[in-house]
Amino acid sequence: MSKDWPLWEVFVRAKGGMSHRHVGSVHAPDPEIALRHARDTYTRRMEGISLWVVPSAQIVASDPADDAQNFDPAADKIYRHPTFYDIPDGITHI
Amino acid sequence: MYTTELSKNAPTATNVQALEDPAKLAAFEARVAADEFIEPKDWMPEAYRRTLTRQISQHAHSEIVGMLPEGNWISRAPSLRRKAILLAKVQDEAGHGLYLYSAAETLGTSRREMIEALHSGKAKYSTIFNYPTLTWADIGAIGWLVDGAAIMNQVPLQRTSYGPYARAMVRVCKEESFHQRQGYEICMAMMAGTADQQRMMQDAFNRWWWPSLMMFGPTDDNSPNTAQSMRWRIKRDTNDELRQKFVDITVPQAEAIGLTVPDADLVWNEAKNNGAGGYDFGAVDWDEFYAVVKGEGPVAKERMKARRDAWDNGAWVRDAAVAYAQKRNAREAQAA
Repeated sequence: MSKDWPLWEVFVRAKGGMSHRHVGSVHAPDPEIALRHARDTYTRRMEGISLWVVPSAQIVASDPADDAQNFDPAADKIYRHPTFYDIPDGITHI
Repeated sequence: MYTTELSKNAPTATNVQALEDPAKLAAFEARVAADEFIEPKDWMPEAYRRTLTRQISQHAHSEIVGMLPEGNWISRAPSLRRKAILLAKVQDEAGHGLYLYSAAETLGTSRREMIEALHSGKAKYSTIFNYPTLTWADIGAIGWLVDGAAIMNQVPLQRTSYGPYARAMVRVCKEESFHQRQGYEICMAMMAGTADQQRMMQDAFNRWWWPSLMMFGPTDDNSPNTAQSMRWRIKRDTNDELRQKFVDITVPQAEAIGLTVPDADLVWNEAKNNGAGGYDFGAVDWDEFYAVVKGEGPVAKERMKARRDAWDNGAWVRDAAVAYAQKRNAREAQAA
């Protein structure tokens, strides 16, 4: 038996004004068939107006083991958030 | 469509868990207990990975094999309307199978391995699909009862702890209610028809009622993996809880269109469900269930043959697509 066709990640834009969102994946030998499979598998009920397919092997992902180092530092930089600053009562539109 | 844990000799969590790093395991258990989702690249205990791979792939196989009993009636649907609907439903089942295979693959088992496991008879799928669809009324009964039981099972799985499985379930559930409604509509049409059509519908109902109750899997006291699966949020309700819910919801639907539930022991019990009331019902024939799990269902061999034939007869198409892609890649490489 031959191998599985390569895996592609599928992204759908639900409607104009929204970004493409990851919905799942399909196997396909080439980009055209990946698009067709994505269309048949993920947009049977008007789920979107635009599709992207991306070879899964091309996606570079962060490692969950580095989550703390990657995503936690925001907590010690609270001055990035508007609530860090005290504004007296009576000052509006700020 | 759906499947429950069908393997009685599944590796128990405890004997695999003994090998895990206790600190990682504790952190994992805490995340799951806090209803956090586990994603593909997160650390997870081996037993969790194996249980999920088995459950999701069995679920995927059930969707794919589930296309066969209904596909059997597409060319003989009684009207163009029914034909278009059934075609759309069967296509949905293929889609459900694909969402689920994709989810299972994120756990590290290839699509190919899963399909081989199905075709070799190693992997299980829901017992319900090893019963034949004898008349058009069966198509109504399947949509209403089989998809109805599947919805009952799948709705809580939208909150299952493994992210890709939960997301697949959200998509599946969104599509499933059309399946149940179109089935019930067929049943309504049959019951509003001639005496012969009503008899045909009652006969189909009689044949699908008990297998549908079996879809929830063995009774709780005979379901050794339930406790672990519930702790891991792979499962959110027990088999018996879901079965009871299904009976309570379905009996009035049957009565509303003049069908008689084929169970002499069925009786309303005020005290059930903490005083809210519920039905007492007769014992399920578990010998039949286990025989069908083992592949002794009326059409089990036919189902597997149809799957293998479809796979084998499609091989040249898959090979041609690969050859075309390779040829084009080579040409592009040369031109560059």
